[in-house]
Amino acid sequence: MKFERYGIGVLKGMAVTFRHLFRPPITVQYPEEKLVLSRRLRGCELVWYPEKCTGCATCAKNCPQGNIEIVTHVGNQNNYMVDKFEVDTGRCMFCGLCVESCPYEALAMGLCYEGAKYRRRDLVMAKEALAISDSRKPSAYARPTIEASLPKQSLLVYWDRTDGGQKLSLFPLSKKRGRGV
Amino acid sequence: MMTLLEEFRAWLSAALPEWAAYLIAGIVGIFVVLGFVLTLVIVFIWYERRLLGRFQIRLGPNRLGPEGIFQPIATALKILIKEDVVPEKADRVVHWLAPIVVFVPVLMVFAVIPLSQGAILADLNVGVLYLVAVGSVSAVGIYMAGWGSNNKYALIAAMRTVAQIVSYELPVVLSLLGVVLMVGSLSMTKTVEAQVVPFIVMQPLGFLIFFLGALAEMNRCPFDLLEADSEIVAGYHTEYSGMKFAMFYLGEYGHALAYACIITTLFLGGWRGPVLPPFLWFLIKVVAVFSLIVWLRATLPRLRVDQLMAFAWKGLFPMALINIFVVAVEMLWLVDISRWLVVATNIVLAVVLILAWSRLFVLGRGRVEV
Repeated sequence: MKFERYGIGVLKGMAVTFRHLFRPPITVQYPEEKLVLSRRLRGCELVWYPEKCTGCATCAKNCPQGNIEIVTHVGNQNNYMVDKFEVDTGRCMFCGLCVESCPYEALAMGLCYEGAKYRRRDLVMAKEALAISDSRKPSAYARPTIEASLPKQSLLVYWDRTDGGQKLSLFPLSKKRGRGV
Repeated sequence: MMTLLEEFRAWLSAALPEWAAYLIAGIVGIFVVLGFVLTLVIVFIWYERRLLGRFQIRLGPNRLGPEGIFQPIATALKILIKEDVVPEKADRVVHWLAPIVVFVPVLMVFAVIPLSQGAILADLNVGVLYLVAVGSVSAVGIYMAGWGSNNKYALIAAMRTVAQIVSYELPVVLSLLGVVLMVGSLSMTKTVEAQVVPFIVMQPLGFLIFFLGALAEMNRCPFDLLEADSEIVAGYHTEYSGMKFAMFYLGEYGHALAYACIITTLFLGGWRGPVLPPFLWFLIKVVAVFSLIVWLRATLPRLRVDQLMAFAWKGLFPMALINIFVVAVEMLWLVDISRWLVVATNIVLAVVLILAWSRLFVLGRGRVEV
């Protein structure tokens, strides 16, 4: 005589869902909180090094869209001075051919994945906007030197909820975060 | 003992003629209860979505207002401005009438629910009978919705609903009778006053049967066969949109709230409780019952139609019959000796009956390959 279907399965199931109640939600409240991305990510943005660029326009020749516009003049040390380096990111498909073809490693793919703008004209980026800065860092795409300097890291992304995100007072969120998705 | 409404009427009739006092008191009472019910329904919609979210390791709606409390209002506004679509071949009158027939009885249930000491719209001496009678009217409305839509899925859902509600009405009423036997009255106020020990302790089996039956009656998970999205689109309200759909939606949550209130009143001791004010106790118990319902929804998958019927007719119905018989015998001989003797007997009865009936629900009896 074995009793097994007296509702113990239902109770076990309810215990499982009850435990879920105390797990931190996996929802990422995107604009306020973002996942910490791997440094090995190949983002959709171009990073331009003003001091490395010689104005040779190899990138412009290799661009399948003809999307890069370079205007130069001859400087006093018999070099090219870049007057204009402009990319219409609205037309750019981020194929990376300009980065791969650059003989001086003056272009790199960045880490950013948020390229949306409110105005179409904002998508046309001049050299000031494309230049490397703290918020515009190169990724390791087609750049073995950068790749070697990166920490050994998988492509996993990490939670960081120390700041950002809506604060929940009713069902407080646990600050202890699990490792990634 | 006068209810608050009667006192209000007596106070009014000092200044006004009798009929005016009667009318004004009635209207004020209705609006107070309606306000309470509709507010609580809207809060419950939000609460269920948040709680379900946490059960499923999500957040749930948390954008609009503090903790997303205004989300149901936004949803209501969205639904209100939608186009009201009626199928070409639909039975227009029935199609139009169905949401009202579903929604109004749900509101009528709250007339006999004591929200606090004396805070009851109509202290009927046949309160429980009224509950049973009014509570099952919405099945007609759901059938009307299914029939009037001229849609096969809606009709299938309506058929299922009628079968389900008629089947589960029996164990629900029979387990209610156990309560009535113990109280000796059909009045809801008297039921609460009789619960020195809550009836969930006095007859756990009756509570279990009533709770499961009520889940089926309000078409909640795991008995929500009438809107099984994976099988029959959206069930009986497939062809509804706009305000009519909102009525069904409100009716569904109103039903859940109504049954939470009924369970609180009949089995959990209503407004009774130490320290806190009576109304707060009532609210706490209602929210607790509703949370249990949401918890079940988060846990259990939907039943199959034959399983649903088997559970009602082979499981709950005979158990309810035995329960009411045993309670009757106890009320004759045992209750005079000690109340706790009744409690002990009923707990033993519940365990024995559930274990005995568990033998019924064995998969693939006699078949080896299962």
